Amino acid sequence: MLKYLLEKEFKQFFRSSSLPRMVIIMPFMAVLIFPLVANFEIKNINLAVVDNDKSTYSQQLIQKVSSSGYFRISDVSDSYPQALRSVELNKSDIILEIPPHFERDMAKEKSATVLIAANSVSGTKGGLGSSYLAGIIGDFSNNIRSEWITASDRFSSGRFEISPQFWYNPRLLYTYFMVPALMVMVLAMLCGFLPALNIVGEKANGTIEQMNVTPVNKFIFILSKLLPYWIIGFVVLTICFIVARIFYGLVPEGSLATIYLFAALFVLAFSGFGLVISNYANTLQQAMFMMFFFVLTFILMSGLYTPIANMPQWAQYLSNFSPLKYIIIVLRQVYLKGSSFSELLLPFAVLSGFAVFFNGWAVLSYRKSS
Amino acid sequence: MKTALWNSPTDRYMNVITVENLTKKFGSFTAVDNISFEVGKGEIFGFLGANGAGKTTAMRMLCGLLKPTSGKGIVAGYDIRSESENVKASIGYMSQKFALYEDLKVWENIRLYAGIYGVPEKDIAPKTDELLKELGFEGEKETLVKSLPLGWRQKLAFSVSIFHEPKVVFLDEPTGGVDPVTRRQFWEMIYKASDKGITVFVTTHYMDEAEYCNRVSIMVDGRIDALDSPANLKKEFNATSMDEVFRKLARKSKNNEL
Repeated sequence: MLKYLLEKEFKQFFRSSSLPRMVIIMPFMAVLIFPLVANFEIKNINLAVVDNDKSTYSQQLIQKVSSSGYFRISDVSDSYPQALRSVELNKSDIILEIPPHFERDMAKEKSATVLIAANSVSGTKGGLGSSYLAGIIGDFSNNIRSEWITASDRFSSGRFEISPQFWYNPRLLYTYFMVPALMVMVLAMLCGFLPALNIVGEKANGTIEQMNVTPVNKFIFILSKLLPYWIIGFVVLTICFIVARIFYGLVPEGSLATIYLFAALFVLAFSGFGLVISNYANTLQQAMFMMFFFVLTFILMSGLYTPIANMPQWAQYLSNFSPLKYIIIVLRQVYLKGSSFSELLLPFAVLSGFAVFFNGWAVLSYRKSS
Repeated sequence: MKTALWNSPTDRYMNVITVENLTKKFGSFTAVDNISFEVGKGEIFGFLGANGAGKTTAMRMLCGLLKPTSGKGIVAGYDIRSESENVKASIGYMSQKFALYEDLKVWENIRLYAGIYGVPEKDIAPKTDELLKELGFEGEKETLVKSLPLGWRQKLAFSVSIFHEPKVVFLDEPTGGVDPVTRRQFWEMIYKASDKGITVFVTTHYMDEAEYCNRVSIMVDGRIDALDSPANLKKEFNATSMDEVFRKLARKSKNNEL
């Protein structure tokens, strides 16, 4: 019986005009485009430079700032008011003013000041931008000092250096952080959304009633709805792995088998959630809206974009109810830290709990007759 | 009639449908009110009533889609309450709403339902060809159902519902919106099915169709107010047509729509 139902589902899937195309496009969108769009690093900050010194040092400093990749020199002014004008016109975000006698003060007094003025309408841009700029300037002054030290007084003391070590993502690539989590999103959409919408669609068409009046077993009917999307989900996940490898050189540190195992568990849990929704929704509109409501909440609470530790206490508590949170943790850990199954027992237990809970609920709330 | 029903065990085999005091309530509203009747093998049983009289509710209970509030029903030898899955395996059903898959081809729909009802796979393809030939649909085998005209779809839906040779087929307003010529052909198909021994349980709004039935029951406000052959009903109500019988009965309805 399952054979005939699966035949039907696959024929309908491949006959639909948009679904197969979406399935191919989705992993590319998720892995290639989303990480670029959802990037919280601030780049291309427009910088207005007022160089009142026009010395070698000031030129070197400006050179260093513009080659950092974060700043784009948008304006070179002769005076501070003129630079401020360019901020008012929204041409610049930050002003860097180098005072007269910058080089002389550096050489003579071993210290000099520069002015950073930031447009803080966007707090993130203003704040992060000025701290990047301060960092670069600090770096610059250290370089000059070390030049002096090597050149002259080797005996001067009291100088120390901080050298941070970045573990698991040494190049601090945002994409490395995002891509594994975005793969989860793709799985959630394909294996949670689509089968649920498919079932509600049959309800709306009245075809499900025709099915309910046949002796078809309800588990087999539901399985025939889930299996195709599980298969498709895994094909897409595999495409994601390949795309991430080709375009970012991102290869999991841990084993692919662990990822597939957890993905299977997550898919089981999340399609159970989709089924629960399909049992309560009578129209596609209702189903879509319920899905959106919950999936949006799950995503925002999952730590996909913002660290859960940043959330207020009550939100951190709520985040424990998002199944996405656990699978995202798992994927990031396996991909970046190379965690093995034995280190992921907690998420495994929680996801198993979700799977039992949602599928149990789905089975109890599904009725062939009323 | 009621008393004899359950006492004699042979009744369960002679009658394909036996209903006793069947009732369905939705909250305080009684959709089906204590109805009792029986339908014999191969009979064409018409189930008439105005919109909202409770026909569809009664039929859905007999198909195992709805649980009765009280009363008993035996369909094809199985209890509709406790053995509804067995009932489902022995009946065919064609709903008011067209329910074949529009994005599947004609043969794919037939294959799907035949498979679900357990027709052996080797028999499906030859039987499909035979059926399509009988219907004159040979050219449409590969057509998507959504591009068939309504009348053809209804004929196909009926053929699918009896493809697995059920004991009873339930037809819920099968000819709604169909042109007179196709309706006539549809009734010829019903007669053919009945000749094969399939019991036909059909609801309809068309009184000319009521004349084609062996027996007709007329539901008013959830109750069965009349049940007999069309000829006897006309005699009893002193009417010249089923239409007149229906009007006389429906006038008694509390929520009259006529």
